[in-house]
Amino acid sequence: MVSSRIVITGVGLTSPIGDSLPEMRENLLAGRGQVERIDMRYMGQVLAGGCHYDPLKYQRKKEVRIGTRAGSIGIYCAREAIADSGLDWENVPRNRVGVYVGTTEHGNVETENEIYNISQFDYDTKYWTHHHNPRTVANNPAGEITINMGITGPHLAIGAACAAGNAGLIQGLQMLRLGEVDLAICGGVSESIHTFGIFAGFKSQGALAEHEDPNKASRPFDVDRNGIVVSEGGALYTLERLEDAQKRGARILAEIVGYSINSDATDYVLPNPERQVECMNAALAKAQFAPGDIDIVNTHATSTPQGDIQECKAVRDIFGNCPNTYVNNTKSYIGHAMGAAGALELAGNLPSFEDGLVHPTINVDKLDPQCELSNLVLNKPVEHGKVRAILNNSFGMLGINSSLIVRKMDAA
Amino acid sequence: MTKDDIKKIVLDIIEEIAPDEDLSDVKPDVRLRDQLDLDSMDFLDIVMELRKQHGIEVPEEEYPELASLDSCANYLLPKFEAK
Repeated sequence: MVSSRIVITGVGLTSPIGDSLPEMRENLLAGRGQVERIDMRYMGQVLAGGCHYDPLKYQRKKEVRIGTRAGSIGIYCAREAIADSGLDWENVPRNRVGVYVGTTEHGNVETENEIYNISQFDYDTKYWTHHHNPRTVANNPAGEITINMGITGPHLAIGAACAAGNAGLIQGLQMLRLGEVDLAICGGVSESIHTFGIFAGFKSQGALAEHEDPNKASRPFDVDRNGIVVSEGGALYTLERLEDAQKRGARILAEIVGYSINSDATDYVLPNPERQVECMNAALAKAQFAPGDIDIVNTHATSTPQGDIQECKAVRDIFGNCPNTYVNNTKSYIGHAMGAAGALELAGNLPSFEDGLVHPTINVDKLDPQCELSNLVLNKPVEHGKVRAILNNSFGMLGINSSLIVRKMDAA
Repeated sequence: MTKDDIKKIVLDIIEEIAPDEDLSDVKPDVRLRDQLDLDSMDFLDIVMELRKQHGIEVPEEEYPELASLDSCANYLLPKFEAK
């Protein structure tokens, strides 16, 4: 055990509402979401949140061609995080860097593309690309980052459905605490809008959002919500041990003080609010926080009729009597960024430590009575004043729950 | 179909698979790998594109015939003419 205190010193992200944290934050405070209609193979047009970063900022054209979208998003976010951290990257020992990237799924995009490709050749598999396997191995997004950046420490993709963004951060934290690495690049990425299977699956489940105005489609807590908007994106962080960050005079964005991952053990798809409560309570216990110590709860709520009610019940159970705890949501702006969701949604709230504002959840025209919470921040930011701690929820299929708590460094 | 046509076909494929390369001065008698950033996976891409775009098969034991633009032209011309 080397040190127990782990801090965030950099963040790199791409999302439908910005390719940097300042850009994303500006849109969150202004209430500007971004969802578009895109063509989807076999399905016609669907609603999706797309990213528009420039891949060639950090990759050669050949790398983009050979690699995957998840890998490209990962490379962009990792490079941006390193730049944001102020680390002297040229002199960082690359064998002491670990890369831990959360993903909801990986490989569907490439396999679907190849099946479509060979369908043009009467399903003759001699037309199947030799790039398929390196593109679809589960570690691909993390591995592409190491190749691009010359990182020779460990790399892993963390499969944790839509809890993966938090899970990537937790893995990075644990490896730092064990002394396995000295710097962790970690968080989550999603390329999910490039696989028709995700959209078709949600549609068959009755959980794919539709609205004539794309930017009104993702509307957690609204009584007329009708499902998920799938989006792509990524957010990766640089995590360091506190003493290392202080030694180099790093700007510290937050300290990770609590976390928990648990399992519902009940259903493949349906959430379980009892386990969500247990997960949040376990994270609070690890942080040695009472519920009232949390200033912002960023919900996972995906805009499905049942899931939002269940999470509101869980949040109400813990924070119902906490007058200074505010609750918000990010998916109303960008849709559900799957494996990136937890990491992106945490990022969007970090600036609250500086500006004292709580960004709202948008698109709530008529609040579902079953989603009523005393301090749900609707449609307009709230001026909290002094935000000291944030709890970030991310839950996923097969009943995986994650809660992460960060606090402002000088709020000890 | 001439040898120059074949060279143009091969260069067009290389432009797709190695889009960062400057192809304005590729020497036809010099091995492609000695003047361009191409690896064995890229040559598999060249073989695949010849198959997909032109219906030309290159057996694995004959991959060395694709070493330079000149050797590509000499080797592929009969295959294109036999189509």
